Amino acid sequence: MNFKNKLKKISGGWFFLFCIIFIYIIFLIFNKQIYLDSLSFFNQIILKIIPIFIFVFVLMTLSNYFITPKLIIKHLTEKGLKKWIFAIIGGILSSGPIYIWYPLLADLKSKGLSNGLLVCFLYNRAIKIPLLPLAIAYFNWQYVFVLSFTMIIASIIQGVLLSKVLDKKILQEAK
Amino acid sequence: MENNTFNKSALKAAKSLWLSFPIILGTILLVSLIFVLVPVSFYTFVFSKNSFLDSIIGSIMGSISIGTPATSYIFGGEMLTQGVGLISVTAFLVSWVTVGIIQLPAESAILGKKFAIFRNLSAFIFSIPVAIITVLILRIIS
Repeated sequence: MNFKNKLKKISGGWFFLFCIIFIYIIFLIFNKQIYLDSLSFFNQIILKIIPIFIFVFVLMTLSNYFITPKLIIKHLTEKGLKKWIFAIIGGILSSGPIYIWYPLLADLKSKGLSNGLLVCFLYNRAIKIPLLPLAIAYFNWQYVFVLSFTMIIASIIQGVLLSKVLDKKILQEAK
Repeated sequence: MENNTFNKSALKAAKSLWLSFPIILGTILLVSLIFVLVPVSFYTFVFSKNSFLDSIIGSIMGSISIGTPATSYIFGGEMLTQGVGLISVTAFLVSWVTVGIIQLPAESAILGKKFAIFRNLSAFIFSIPVAIITVLILRIIS
């Protein structure tokens, strides 16, 4: 089942949105301050993520153009550390809230991207190079370095483990 | 690639984003609401002095918390000054940025229910050994 068909089935997304809007309406009636504060926070996020969405759109377009299921499956069945290094670097370099990356990742997944690599990518999103000075200021460089290193190793272990559980079907199809 | 023109690729990307629009918008609204409802003082109140228990609490708290990694560093740093142990603070930081309970409906709907549950559950479990190993390494090298 491809991404488009899958999303058609989950028109529950609109139901989810309406439920949240309903909760906001309840706060508007009973606690206007929480409603206003939440809406203000919402506005800040929206303004921040619009440029990232444009970036995501460009990446999705490029991925649609260049990345074919054949190409992904070729790399999926490839041996070696290269694909893991790619997932780690990609995760670290990706920016913006996690949920705006879901469509792009789902698109890649529908083209055959391994669940293990996806997990590895998502785990490494936790490491943010631009935020390292802040982390060092609160802790110290040793702590940040060791934590980042441990997390990268953990991302590979988590990816390998989940790949064994979730990728069996994909790998069988690729063979 | 031959039958896949650049315009078609852009249109496909736009359609994918539009189909994800209600989930993404709903998630941002939910994130905003919870961020307002959960005060900073709540986090420092919950932690005790037991490192192991605190690391589990840290992981649970981090899992249900939302915000950028920058926010987690600030929270974590403040917790440390409040006397919360480094293992628990690390578990808190790691689960904050690797587990997404609030985003689970969106992740589940877009990337698959099984994938989302397995990924978040394993990320939660991993946050505890990652915290312990990080602190152990620090103790060894310092």
